[in-house]
Amino acid sequence: MEPTAISLRATGRSRRRLLVNKAAEGGAVLAAVLAIGVLAVVVWSVGSRGVGAINLDFFLKGPSSDFFGGKGGIAPALVGSLLLVGIATAIALPVGVLTALFVSEFAPRRAAEQVRLWLDVLNGFPSIVIGIFVFTLAVKTKVPVLGVGHHQSAVAGGFALSIIMLPLVARSTMEVLRLVPNHLREASYALGVSKWQTVLRVVLPTSLGGILTGTTLAVARAAGETAPLLFTCAIAGQIVDWNPTHSVQSIPLTIFEYSESADPGLHQQAWAAAFVLIVFVLVTSLAARLLLERSRRKLGLAR
Amino acid sequence: MEAASIPAGSLPRTRHTGDRVGDGLLYGLTALAAILGVLVIAAIVWRVADGAWPALRVYKLGFLWHNEWNAVTSKFGARDFIIGTIVTSFGAMLLAAPLSIAIGLFLSELAPPSIRVPVGTLIDMLAAVPSVVIGLWGIYVLAPFDANHVQPLIHSVLGWIPIFGGNAHTESTVFTAIVVLTIMTIPITSSICRELFIGVPSELEEGSIGLGATRWEMVKTVVVPSVRGGVVAAIILGLGRALGEAIAVTQVIGNFIPLKHTLFAPGDTIASRVANQYQGATTTIQIAALIYLALILLVITFLTNLAAQRVVKRFEFQRTGGD
Repeated sequence: MEPTAISLRATGRSRRRLLVNKAAEGGAVLAAVLAIGVLAVVVWSVGSRGVGAINLDFFLKGPSSDFFGGKGGIAPALVGSLLLVGIATAIALPVGVLTALFVSEFAPRRAAEQVRLWLDVLNGFPSIVIGIFVFTLAVKTKVPVLGVGHHQSAVAGGFALSIIMLPLVARSTMEVLRLVPNHLREASYALGVSKWQTVLRVVLPTSLGGILTGTTLAVARAAGETAPLLFTCAIAGQIVDWNPTHSVQSIPLTIFEYSESADPGLHQQAWAAAFVLIVFVLVTSLAARLLLERSRRKLGLAR
Repeated sequence: MEAASIPAGSLPRTRHTGDRVGDGLLYGLTALAAILGVLVIAAIVWRVADGAWPALRVYKLGFLWHNEWNAVTSKFGARDFIIGTIVTSFGAMLLAAPLSIAIGLFLSELAPPSIRVPVGTLIDMLAAVPSVVIGLWGIYVLAPFDANHVQPLIHSVLGWIPIFGGNAHTESTVFTAIVVLTIMTIPITSSICRELFIGVPSELEEGSIGLGATRWEMVKTVVVPSVRGGVVAAIILGLGRALGEAIAVTQVIGNFIPLKHTLFAPGDTIASRVANQYQGATTTIQIAALIYLALILLVITFLTNLAAQRVVKRFEFQRTGGD
């Protein structure tokens, strides 16, 4: 007598449940693929359109004044962006690191929570509003608060960018400081070292790598910001200008200007500038993330 | 009776003066920096409100529902910019929320460990692309694609609904702005969702699987419900980003009011108008009106952010049992 074959195949209700499960899993995969696909399409579009206009002149020359040329470069914008981001980092790095030290080493819990909350709120402010703020502070004001007169300047633009960077630097520094093992601090105290010496000689050096990579991420973000510069910096510049009290050109504003222009030659320039910007931003953020991961693992192991 | 005596002077009774000064100095310096950061917020609110004051005095609250932007007659109102901001950001979140949750689930529950990190990194890279580059791509790649393929397709199926009516071949549209904002908010929302889902205790998940649930049933009945508040906060944070995005939106939306009743037409938002008018504003009252717009934006994003933070706080409290 032959045994009746028992089918293990799901039928009816279980089959439907498995199908729904498969569909849901497929949906999740599709969503992830879609997001990565968009990134790939954006990078590819910028790369394929921009790379053609890139040569040595593109980095060394100013915009061409020749109407039919369309050639020329973005040297003034490169220098301007360098100045702006430099000024922004010079402000945001010390203030951000000190703020983080206050929160994680000195402040009572209540105060620490408050500072953390307001930093998050500041981080959520639209960058265009920060642009308007610096505009009312530095450009359209009776008292030249920033000390460079009532006009657009690299100082004003850099100050606006530093407000964008501050919460990012402070936040990432706090996270690194939290990873510094407590026994390092305790060992230092046990040797009779005072708190400030412990902070400066033990805590800070241990977390230096993490702080620097966090700052690099903030720099990458600031380098691409356009909105804070709209009101505080120049939109056109023909020559390279290193003077921070002057209004300087910048890469994001150049892209913005050229993208809205009617001249197809300038569109090509916009794509090329966008290519330079996107390569800088993606490479620095990727490198910073990898380093951050490494230093985090190192600190994690030390614990 | 004397205990073993310690020779005088070998142990200082108090700490060195230098240490006390150093402690105080560093404490003061760090506290000052922290206060500075918080003061910047106050300064932003004060200066923006002050800059908007001439317009506030002239147009009062009527500015919010008056709809005109005429530099010649100096008549300004914000109604359609506010509506445009709400339509574009909520539209974007309608698309971004399910996608972000799906990506978060993929990265936390579904993907094999070896591809979690690279995929997560790539999606974070999408957040690193500057908005002006997304906008440039939006004008010359996305907008034509929308106008030639996506919009006509939606129009042919759903054209009977007014918001999908009109000329589907228009290039600068509210619809394209919504897509751009969706792209820009997905990385933020999805990375928060991922963190939330990873935080769900694996005992809960294993229990659910052990009872015979499929993975989808586990997600639906255990994972998502246990972090619902956090997911809402993630979506609100994404919304805050969408509300305030100026550059990419102004590049693709066409900067036009009055708004039409369809998504396939040019429009404008608060942030986009402010960004678009940066050179055009000449008269004092027009500049003040622009700053008034920025003030409205500031208030809206301030409230959304605070709300999101509160939800996050309450959620953390709930999860850690008030630790």
